[in-house]
Amino acid sequence: MTSPSTTAVLFQNVTRHFGTVRAVDGVDLKIEQGEFFAMLGPSGSGKTTCLRLIAGFEQPTAGHIEIFNETAEGLAPNRRDVNTVFQDYALFPHMTVLDNVAYGLMVRGVSRPDRERRAREALSLVRLEGMDARRPAQLSGGQRQRVALARALVNRPKVLLLDEPLGALDLKLREDMQEELRRLHKQLGLTFVFVTHDQGEALSMADRVAVFNQGRIVQVGTPEDIYQRPTTRFVAEFVGSSNVLTPDEAPRFGGVSHWTSLRPEAILIGSAAEAMDIRQPAEVVDQQFQGAMRKTLLKINGREVWSLAPAAQALEAGRTVTVGWAQGALHAMKGEGAHV
Amino acid sequence: MSDLALRRQGGLSAVIDTLYRRPRIFLAVLLAPPLLWLGVVYLGSLFALLAQSFFSLDDFSGVIVREFTLSTWVQLLAPANMDVIVRTVTMAALVTVADGIMAFPIAYYAARYARGPMKAAFYLLVMMPLWSSYLVKVYAWKLILAREGIYTWVLDKLGIEALLDWYLSLPVIGGPSLSASYTGTFIVFCYVWLPYMILPVQSALERVPGNLIEASADLGASPRDTFRHVILPLAFPGVVAGSIFTFSLTLGDYIIPQIVGGSQYYLGQAVYAQQGTAGNIPLAAAFSVVPILIMGLYLAFARKLGAFDAL
Repeated sequence: MTSPSTTAVLFQNVTRHFGTVRAVDGVDLKIEQGEFFAMLGPSGSGKTTCLRLIAGFEQPTAGHIEIFNETAEGLAPNRRDVNTVFQDYALFPHMTVLDNVAYGLMVRGVSRPDRERRAREALSLVRLEGMDARRPAQLSGGQRQRVALARALVNRPKVLLLDEPLGALDLKLREDMQEELRRLHKQLGLTFVFVTHDQGEALSMADRVAVFNQGRIVQVGTPEDIYQRPTTRFVAEFVGSSNVLTPDEAPRFGGVSHWTSLRPEAILIGSAAEAMDIRQPAEVVDQQFQGAMRKTLLKINGREVWSLAPAAQALEAGRTVTVGWAQGALHAMKGEGAHV
Repeated sequence: MSDLALRRQGGLSAVIDTLYRRPRIFLAVLLAPPLLWLGVVYLGSLFALLAQSFFSLDDFSGVIVREFTLSTWVQLLAPANMDVIVRTVTMAALVTVADGIMAFPIAYYAARYARGPMKAAFYLLVMMPLWSSYLVKVYAWKLILAREGIYTWVLDKLGIEALLDWYLSLPVIGGPSLSASYTGTFIVFCYVWLPYMILPVQSALERVPGNLIEASADLGASPRDTFRHVILPLAFPGVVAGSIFTFSLTLGDYIIPQIVGGSQYYLGQAVYAQQGTAGNIPLAAAFSVVPILIMGLYLAFARKLGAFDAL
């Protein structure tokens, strides 16, 4: 039996080079069993390569990988207890939905009645019933997504890898699937490793998030940690596009002489600003209506910063207003650098 | 506005506009020449040929009797002629299987591993044999396979010539030398048609997305299972396309068996001999219908196997 603190995936100083490109550059990582773990970063940051290293499609140039305390490097993908939901689903076009889902069981020698029963169970788990005999080409994007999920889950993997699985879906469907994935994670208690470039998706779904940049992990933590206490300028700007103040600017905003993050929603305008620790005059430069909020560009101390105003607070450009924020909203960071 | 109006003037513009508005007329103009060629010249002569097989040859005068009769077809079923058909079909089937087995790894390498200069080298090496004369290649093979040729010489130097002698002493596949045996004919057929198998298989494999192979491995399939359940079914239309080439080209060829091999006739040679020296055009016509029928059956069979499902 595995205790709750069992490590599902362990990376020790893992490096993967493609020629002169360091796709993954000395990554240390520990994913606990049962975690919903997100790897977040811009394209080319190494997050997908890390996923492929876990799946076994890539081998590390250097370093050590363990999956449930077993050495993984040198082990072929078919010899690992992990399954992947691919970005473009990679469903077998010449097989029916049922045969796609039963594929993993078939190659393991499970008898036809058995594997078809289990495949139907997996399809009902992802709420896709009555499509057994269809070909992937006859399904919508969201349905294909569910087939890919069922095909991976039917094998009861120790780790489920998801490679930007929602990227190809439209917004409404994406939100439905996010909920669906959270439900499945809770219901099955599996370890989920989720790769995404969408910070909102990572924050809303994951238990912990690793932020990648240039082949390295710049910060690992809970979504709250990552959002409220970014350690570097890169994390502050990539996750939730913060206003990052230079060490020169920060004291004028009431902070200390460090790289400092000030979240747009922390900057209040007009009467709401009066109760704040720090108050300053500001000029309204521009405002964009976004439905629930108005994204407002302000000029404070000669520096342009973004603020999120309530939708009702329409302000014309050029007007001078009072703005304010709490002392605690100024978050000093370790550095500017891409990595610590 | 005035520019647009200006451009619209003139007879040619009117024609172009009409074609744009009436796509059916455009298609008709586009397809009329090739359809006329195929319909009249190509199919017409094919049917003329078919019709010839229902005439007969007067044995005494050597004149073709232009009256409907099935006697030529009865003649085709004579044991000697059936031998020719069976021999040719067997050879074509064996050549197709052997070429398929040889072509697949080469095509697989080219489709999934070769990049840049290696890919160019692949195309060059596969196509290059097609640039030189087919006759020269066949004669070269005759010399290579002859008793005095390089095969015998190499085996001799290796001290295992006895192996070749033993092989040649076998019934059917043996003979006085490799160049005068079925084996020799088989080798040359395989060599000459191999590119026609490699290219369609390669292009079919090229269209199998790499992530399907990864997905298969990810789901626990060994490379063998992946080949059997994913790669082969998806590449199968290419294999069938290639086999149509190798099979039909072997069925119709009359030069290779004439230069390399025993004295037994193949279909192509039978047609050649019947319409040439024997002057029996009706029997030659009946012989030429045979490969058409066989290919028809072959395609129906391939269709049943699902070869065209992915088209």
